[in-house]
Amino acid sequence: MLKIIKYVLLDIVRSRTIIGYTVFLMLATWGMFMLESNPSKSMLSLINILLIVIPLVSIIFSTIHFYNSYEFMELMLAQPVKRSTVFAGSYAGAALALCMAFIIGTGIPLVTFDSSGAAIALLISGILITLIFVSIAYLCAALSRDKAKGTGIAILSWFFFAIIYDSLLLFILFLFADYPIEKFLLALTFFNPVDLVRLILLLKMDVAALMGMTGAVYSQLLGSVNGMLIAGLVSIIWILWPFALAMRIFKRKDI
Amino acid sequence: MFFIPFWLLHFSSVTANVITVLPSPNAIAKAIAESSPGDTIIIHSGTYREGNLKINHSLTILGKGLPVIDGQHKVEMLSISAHHTTIKGLRFINSGKSNSDDLAAIKLYSTKHVTIQDNEFDNNFFCIYLLNSDSCTITGNDIKGYAVNEQSSGNGIHLWKCQHAVIKDNTVSGHRDGIYFEFVTDSRIEKNKSFSNIRYGLHFMFSDRNAYSNNRFYHNGAGVAVMYSKNIHMTGNTFDLNRGSAAYGLLLKDITDSRIISNRFEYNSIGIYMEGSNRIIVSGNNFHNNGWAVRILSNCESNEIVRNNFTANSFDVSTNGPASSNTFHNNYWDKYEGYDLNRDLAGDIPYRPVSLYALLMERIPFALILYRSFVVTIFERMEKIAPAITPVDLFDNQPRMKPWKL
Repeated sequence: MLKIIKYVLLDIVRSRTIIGYTVFLMLATWGMFMLESNPSKSMLSLINILLIVIPLVSIIFSTIHFYNSYEFMELMLAQPVKRSTVFAGSYAGAALALCMAFIIGTGIPLVTFDSSGAAIALLISGILITLIFVSIAYLCAALSRDKAKGTGIAILSWFFFAIIYDSLLLFILFLFADYPIEKFLLALTFFNPVDLVRLILLLKMDVAALMGMTGAVYSQLLGSVNGMLIAGLVSIIWILWPFALAMRIFKRKDI
Repeated sequence: MFFIPFWLLHFSSVTANVITVLPSPNAIAKAIAESSPGDTIIIHSGTYREGNLKINHSLTILGKGLPVIDGQHKVEMLSISAHHTTIKGLRFINSGKSNSDDLAAIKLYSTKHVTIQDNEFDNNFFCIYLLNSDSCTITGNDIKGYAVNEQSSGNGIHLWKCQHAVIKDNTVSGHRDGIYFEFVTDSRIEKNKSFSNIRYGLHFMFSDRNAYSNNRFYHNGAGVAVMYSKNIHMTGNTFDLNRGSAAYGLLLKDITDSRIISNRFEYNSIGIYMEGSNRIIVSGNNFHNNGWAVRILSNCESNEIVRNNFTANSFDVSTNGPASSNTFHNNYWDKYEGYDLNRDLAGDIPYRPVSLYALLMERIPFALILYRSFVVTIFERMEKIAPAITPVDLFDNQPRMKPWKL
């Protein structure tokens, strides 16, 4: 397995896309902190990158990577290696490469400029969201043998999670504003990994406002360490279930 | 006849006695009974359980080695109705509890020039209670309580109908209100620390012409409340960590002609909440990391919010109506994205501190759950470019480009 990860990783790094991604993240982060004297404001811009760009890059890159390494996987499977090992190795390689890109690109400049709790939360959420979207990408790729179709599903699911889902929530919010839908709405945010990660950041950056909410739901669930823990745990579930499902499909597939 | 008062004064100063009290049953009561006006009673360390002690003539009572006056959860320990009395260096514990009598550790009844200094208070109902008193000084006291709820607890320092009081360098915690003022005028509150009180760190009711400066109020249930008063000067205070659904750094209700200058508001749910307040100058304050820095209801008029720093707040300003006759001028807003071509440190395009989402949340508070979402960010941008919903006349015409050094 380690060997597979090593080969996948070497392959990815050689492709230069990942290097371009790292450089982009680095430039963006440095730029934001250099141009803006106030670190809290740069953090806000970084959040938008985190919630939009990172999922997009993660999901598209991983899907394409999966299809491109199909031949490699076929070759591996001709050897006495388990399918699950090959699949997990490929996943780990891609996830590791993207996480490293994020840590080097955003993490290092971030920590040098601002090592507050919010910065750490941003870093952790970045890693979480990368892993989640690599999982989703692998699920999309496992669903279809056709590269165009798989990539299409991947882009669509990014669009859904990053933009459509929140628009729907906003719509529900307006429509049912007169009803007690707090709990329902909170539950709905747990079904979108982007919202989940945003919640972690919100808990770190806007505690004072969250604590000011009327209604015990928020203060009990969110106004404490508990909220952070729950959101973290659910995001781990969000890493695991698409991956597990993809693995299942991949195992039974006729390659 | 004219000479007699001078002569008397001279005489009394020579013969002022010093009475020493050592622990024995009713020792303090005896000493008070034996003393004559102007005497000094020195109480040595030990525990004294003497029920209620009344002081009807002026005395100086000093504790040596922090003697303990224990009310045994039954009585009010000291009832003072004499002018020019000093209480210093005592430790008061376990006063009685009664909402009908407002039992306190020390209560002053219509006195003048009484000093209560460097005492300790632990587990009392009310601690220092001033009724109808003039020119009293309360300094350096350490007050600690263990209040659980508002109904069963009293205030740390409670003043009712007083004038010219000075409250300085005290530490108050664990009571209903740390410091409470009702019908108090021309008084000063300085350098106190008031924290972890159930309701307010400081509470003003119908108290005009007071000043409080360089105090710190933190972790209080609802922050500091100033209500129905005029001419209050609030300078150099720190209001922080007051969090909760009804918690404010500073709550202003029906306050007029007051000044809020050079204070710090940090990590509060709401920094300043203004309701029915007019002609208040808010200047030189730091608002940092609050949920809402300023929430100003539309029944506030002619307030001036100038030269403050607003940094890292979730929302800068929020209001509940379209009209605003308040002035926002020359503040530093970290969310401002304008430019400054002539480099006079004032931004060339106005800043609108009320964001679309802050307004939305006035209507639907739990919309906060979607805050900082990409979709919401897009809506906010659109509103910034073409304001349609946010109050038209609420803007800072000259937003400062760099933070003020405060």
